[in-house]
Amino acid sequence: MNASRVAAIVLRQLFLYRSSPQRVVPMFAWVALDIVLWGFISRYLMTAAVRPGLNFIATLLGAVLLWDFLTRVMQGVTMAFFEDVWSRNFLNVFATPLRTSEYLAGLVLTGITTGVLGLVVMLVLARVAFGLSFLAYGAALAPFLFVLFLSGIALGIAAAAIVLRLGPASEWLIWPIPTIVSPFAGVFYPVSILPLWMQAVSKALPPSYVFEGMRAVVAGKPAPWDRLALGGALAVVFLVLACFFFTRVYRYAIRTGLIARYSAETVS
Amino acid sequence: MPPPAILAVEHLCKSYGELRAVDDVSFQVAPGEIVGLVGPNGAGKTTTLNMILGVLAPTAGRIEIEGVDLARARSRALSRTNFAAVYAPLPGNLTVEQNLRVFGMIYTVEHLTQRIERLLVDYDLVRFRRTRAGLLSSGEQTRLGLAKAMLNRPRLLLLDEPTASIDPSSARDIRALISAVVDSGHSGVLWTSHNMYEVEAVCDRVLFLSRGKILLEGDPKALPHEHGAASLDDLFVAVAHEALHERAAP
Repeated sequence: MNASRVAAIVLRQLFLYRSSPQRVVPMFAWVALDIVLWGFISRYLMTAAVRPGLNFIATLLGAVLLWDFLTRVMQGVTMAFFEDVWSRNFLNVFATPLRTSEYLAGLVLTGITTGVLGLVVMLVLARVAFGLSFLAYGAALAPFLFVLFLSGIALGIAAAAIVLRLGPASEWLIWPIPTIVSPFAGVFYPVSILPLWMQAVSKALPPSYVFEGMRAVVAGKPAPWDRLALGGALAVVFLVLACFFFTRVYRYAIRTGLIARYSAETVS
Repeated sequence: MPPPAILAVEHLCKSYGELRAVDDVSFQVAPGEIVGLVGPNGAGKTTTLNMILGVLAPTAGRIEIEGVDLARARSRALSRTNFAAVYAPLPGNLTVEQNLRVFGMIYTVEHLTQRIERLLVDYDLVRFRRTRAGLLSSGEQTRLGLAKAMLNRPRLLLLDEPTASIDPSSARDIRALISAVVDSGHSGVLWTSHNMYEVEAVCDRVLFLSRGKILLEGDPKALPHEHGAASLDDLFVAVAHEALHERAAP
């Protein structure tokens, strides 16, 4: 084995890391996120364990499934966008009569399709393997899914805009987005368990209203319709902002020639 | 009275900070005309094409495609246009037929299935219809790119080095296919190339671009003699050297 050749392979990676913060950030982000998320889950379980009658399957497995639905919808949008990134197809796509709104509508429809298909499979698996029925959430299930669906679309469009602006290597910043959001959204524990500054962030996140509502329904309380309506309104605002962000980035890309040069690895 | 231009470019400029990549360029392309856009690397050819394709906003100037202002009605203007470039291959994970269908739908081509069948025959791609584009040879990918470029029967066809990296025999076939389309008088073509023999053989008019400006313009067969060069190739070399010396001068 030749040490110089091995060193060359390592050096090639070091050169990439040195010139690309998009690659460095995820090295630390994943570990930090795991610690934060599991720290709060542990704290919640310690308090919840002393509470008799807590339905862990509906509370935790249901939360996983609902959160996964949002993630699938988001990734349905971003994966459709990444296909054009990976195949260096931007010039072919954007030098056509295609409008930005039509392109985004296509991405969203792809996200809906993949998200719904994934949801059906998850529901069947959860029902067969663990006896979880989403019908346990009653009429509130529809607004739960609607708010999460809008949130997933908004996150997907915003993520696509980030990659369009920062270049192909920034896709590594996109994958952890659901994990970054989840500690704030109170997916696995009540928002009240969070420090005050994190609770303030939670109030701005539409999914937090879904998961608070879900825990209320599982605990036998009435669905908090007013809170869910607020979550829905926030999700619509986020969706509009995400579309606006994408359009701004697209215009920037047209002004600077980013789209035409997008085959380059790093663009500033 | 000459027919109205398919492409009208007026006082086009593109600056990146202090650098003027395209500097006050004006020209037209008429129906049935092939205009060659030539010049050394970095002359501004691809920048000009990108602005005409709507993927790069000009700093100043105006582009009209069949009288439609690209800046005001981008989608309508680009529906009359199409392009092929070696650096913009079609998605390699889709088959030849899938690629043509997707882009045919983007261009809202009527009777798309029949159109695809016609193009598969014209561009000798029938046997590759279910082959993924990424598995095709350079020449086959070029033919696929041209078939895509012809999908919407464009009035304006933009070709960026369409025969680069393919063998002389395939290049000749491709030149013949493009010439046949133009001979019908339906389309006008803007063609960039570094191959001066090709430009001389194919183009009705040539524009020499250097450092973002049009230096020379004329009939590619007459232009060398008008400027004391033995051939278009020699004239290209002379113009490129001149540009290099200007660049090197303090």
